[in-house]
Amino acid sequence: MDKIIELPVTEAIAKSLTAGDYLYLNGEMYVARDAAHKRLYELLEQGKPLPIELKDACIYYMGPSPAREGQVIGSAGPTTASRMDKYTPALLDKGLKCMIGKGKRTQEVRDGIVKNHAVYLASVGGAGALLSKCITSSEIVAYEDLGAEAIRKITVKDFPCVVVCDDKGNNLYEEI
Amino acid sequence: MRNIDTKQITEAVAKMCVEANLTLSPDMKEAFTKAKTKEESELGKKIFSQLEENLEIAEAEKIPICQDTGMAVVFVEIGQDVSLQGVNITDAINEGVRQGYVDGYLRKSVVSDPIERINTKDNTPAVIHYNIVPGDKVKITLAPKGFGSENMSRVFMLKPADGIEGVKDAILTAVKDAGPNACPPLVVGVGIGGTFEKSALMAKKALTRSLDEKPEIKWVADLEEEMLDKINALGIGPGGLGGKVTALAVNINTYATHIAGLPVAVNMCCHVNRHVSIVL
Repeated sequence: MDKIIELPVTEAIAKSLTAGDYLYLNGEMYVARDAAHKRLYELLEQGKPLPIELKDACIYYMGPSPAREGQVIGSAGPTTASRMDKYTPALLDKGLKCMIGKGKRTQEVRDGIVKNHAVYLASVGGAGALLSKCITSSEIVAYEDLGAEAIRKITVKDFPCVVVCDDKGNNLYEEI
Repeated sequence: MRNIDTKQITEAVAKMCVEANLTLSPDMKEAFTKAKTKEESELGKKIFSQLEENLEIAEAEKIPICQDTGMAVVFVEIGQDVSLQGVNITDAINEGVRQGYVDGYLRKSVVSDPIERINTKDNTPAVIHYNIVPGDKVKITLAPKGFGSENMSRVFMLKPADGIEGVKDAILTAVKDAGPNACPPLVVGVGIGGTFEKSALMAKKALTRSLDEKPEIKWVADLEEEMLDKINALGIGPGGLGGKVTALAVNINTYATHIAGLPVAVNMCCHVNRHVSIVL
């Protein structure tokens, strides 16, 4: 089913989504991948405050290529989500509600999604040029030293993705 | 002896880094067009349309096809009658990669050390494979390799008794385990024979072979076709979301091996199978 979703994804929105739904997202989300996740996780372990607010947050697993003059962002497709699996349950417990990437997740992450009423979405891997056209603003909000792996806040319009793991325990990849 | 200035190599490599990341080779585009007609799943068709549109945007607006513009893998065939003039060829190639990635707005995805993980900020060093060949030319093939698919690649050290059925199982296992992670539709590079590292290198090299070129050995050509059918019967589909097209092609290279072994390497590549060659 095609649905237009206004971010942030709240618990009520997450509960309304089912694996297989085709979504178009509008609004603000964070961009973070491996190195940023490692730092966020280490801060949580030390009980220190995070540089971003995780309550009802959406994180897009992505590291863009540099923007040319006049472009908002460079190529901006999803990266493999499983590399974030080690860090994800802790972030879900802190309020993370929506993740966008590609590929399989561990049972621990899927359990965390169910427990916290969150959702995991996939966008099309390798369609970075196309997806960059759905991004209308981009700014670095933390860890600028990480370059392509810095945490960004982006605004998206009609950003296409598919619900893979929902809070009912469904996993689209397993049904295939 | 024919003299070649290594400055020419730097220039060629810089240009190829950018070209490879913005446009796919004609054989890849053709494979897309063919595969799209075979896809029956609605979601699969939708993804194919998005991938085609993505290629058009990339070329027209100079936005890399994929944000993972890869680690630069370079195959160099140096004619033994060539005398290289100027700086060391490895330095010349790395300078080309540096210029291509920095000036070409490509992502810098290389860290200097696998554990300390400090980004080198210019995508160097490249992974370079040299080969000395007859003649007085230098052929350079540049293949930027993304790691979504690289991470799903495998080497299987089979026993001779496992035979061709063992080889088929190994390839299917690698593709099944990769599932959606390697960004299907895939191009699957396979190396059979040689040693541990030779098989992996053959698998990588196989990815740079044009999809319309067939191997000379009949059983290898047959195996490519059979494996493509078997992989597509897995139902993983475009984006791993189900469908008939899981792979666009299977390219297999083979080599002599030891009486005790049957190495099989499977190098996964996503649908952004990038490679450009030049002869100097």
